[in-house]
Amino acid sequence: MGVGIEVTNLNAWYGTNHTLQDINLHIPANHATALIGPSGCGKSTFVRCLNRMHETNPIARVTGGVKVGDVDIYADAKPVEIRRRIGMVFQRPNPFPTMSIYDNVASGLKLNGYRNRRVLDEIVEKSLRNSALWDEVKDDLRKKSGASLSGGQQQRLCIARALAVDPEVLLMDEPASALDPVSTSKIEDLIFELKSQYTIVIVTHNMQQAARVAEKTGFFLNGRLVEFDSTHKIFTNPSDKRTEDYITGRFG
Amino acid sequence: MPLSGNPIRSKIRAATDNAVTGLAILATLLVIAPLLAIFGYLIYKGASSVNLDFFTKIPKPVGEEGGGMANAIVGSAVLLALGTIIGVPVGIGGGIYLAEFGRGTKLANAVRFTADVLNGVPSIVMGMAAYALLVGPQVSWLPFLGHFSAFAGGVALGIMMIPTVCRTTEEMLLMVPHAVREAALGLGVPNWRSVLSITVKTASPGIITGCMLAFARVAGETAPLIFTALGNEYWSLDLNQPIAALPLQIYKYALSPYDEWHRLAWAGALVLIVLIVLSVSLVRYVTSRGVLKGAS
Ligand SMILES: Nc1ncnc2c1ncn2[C@@H]1O[C@H](COP(=O)(O)OP(=O)(O)OP(=O)(O)O)[C@@H](O)[C@H]1O
Ligand SMILES: [Mg+2]
Repeated sequence: MGVGIEVTNLNAWYGTNHTLQDINLHIPANHATALIGPSGCGKSTFVRCLNRMHETNPIARVTGGVKVGDVDIYADAKPVEIRRRIGMVFQRPNPFPTMSIYDNVASGLKLNGYRNRRVLDEIVEKSLRNSALWDEVKDDLRKKSGASLSGGQQQRLCIARALAVDPEVLLMDEPASALDPVSTSKIEDLIFELKSQYTIVIVTHNMQQAARVAEKTGFFLNGRLVEFDSTHKIFTNPSDKRTEDYITGRFG
Repeated sequence: MPLSGNPIRSKIRAATDNAVTGLAILATLLVIAPLLAIFGYLIYKGASSVNLDFFTKIPKPVGEEGGGMANAIVGSAVLLALGTIIGVPVGIGGGIYLAEFGRGTKLANAVRFTADVLNGVPSIVMGMAAYALLVGPQVSWLPFLGHFSAFAGGVALGIMMIPTVCRTTEEMLLMVPHAVREAALGLGVPNWRSVLSITVKTASPGIITGCMLAFARVAGETAPLIFTALGNEYWSLDLNQPIAALPLQIYKYALSPYDEWHRLAWAGALVLIVLIVLSVSLVRYVTSRGVLKGAS
């Protein structure tokens, strides 16, 4: 079951670059939330703060609170546990190049010590079906490396890998930016299906996609959250002039 | 004006392309030529003395015809095995520390500096150091110490392997893309686990190459063995006793005044090179069998 995320006074830096400034928002459980905004406004940084990936960069710093369910992830939990509960699909596909397709999908479980072969087989198939990749790779599961797939296939492989560990929250940073329209719509179907069980945060440059899959949408600009509201309201009647300018394509 | 429109320009471009390709081929030939020359000369000088006796008999006393280097071949194998057991784990461990855990720390910088210096130390100095540490001290209650022995020779070779293995491991690990590490961390894999199972595994082809380089380099070392393993005219597999080694035997025979021994020295050098090439190829073959289609 998914859990909600409560973000209070979140600030993040890369060195002296104050990348995120005073972010406050509530991401509802079992819904999809879209984050939009021009390139470089801090969307990736924001989602990376939600599973403590931001701090893995040596020059990065973060302050403020993020509560996932009942757990304040910056106070009461180890980063490793948090990342296990909050899955992430990165902006650029990053499969493990020396692992087979099968091992890529199973890696999260295997690396955390899970060994039951029969269960792993099932999870791998289910995850690959969910990410709309199964039919393309089912014959080469153990023969081909993750790096031998096309860019779009690699991205779906990474989605399958994130799903395989059965997280409560799924952070997707532009998961469809390298996909063709057919795969994109498959991924959107997947998000639709998944949000009954997971909380999904999706970064996207595609407004139609945000409108199709997300109940809530947040608009980021220059490291600030300008507006956060129901997707319908953001796209039809935004309260902030800057949001309106952005969604009508007047800048960005 | 479009770049492709001008016929003279495109001719110049094609000519430049050909010239650069030609230079690259020439450079490749220059790299291979000495190797082929050495190998050809060894075959010319030594092949006639390589026979079954060479691989099955031990050296004969001066004046007697025949004899072989069987004990030296086995001795080299023992010394190299011991050296590899010491040099490879320590070197890889050090490389992992430098690249993954100690990055930027004073200790890591000191280790890196030491490894580079160690890499440049002449092998004879390494031999003397090994002598001073292992052969010289008389500690009666410790085994292996206080006299020439296969053990001392193996340790000397192992120590010589460490810097090469360590620095190549570090460099290969640093070449693993950051995105791959992030992928592992993002799955909630503990850092140490991600280093061992993902980063090291991704870099392993390069690390193995580094180990093979170090192995091939010490396989031909003579100087450090003169002070440690000493050499032996008889069969011995005892780690506590002096042991024969191909480079030592070649050295001894080459310096002798006897034609028969000169021929055997050439044969020994040929066999040494062939065995090194064979063992490196074998490792490459074994480690490449598991590689998947499209794995980089
Ligand atoms: N690894 C990094 N080191 C230093 N600065 C960074 C790093 N990553 C991002 N930044 C900076 O942080 C700011 C926000 O970047 P971020 O990647 O969060 O933008 P984004 O909204 O995801 O953009 P895009 O839509 O192009 O992916 C940018 O100004 C960028 O220069
Ligand atoms: Mg981004």
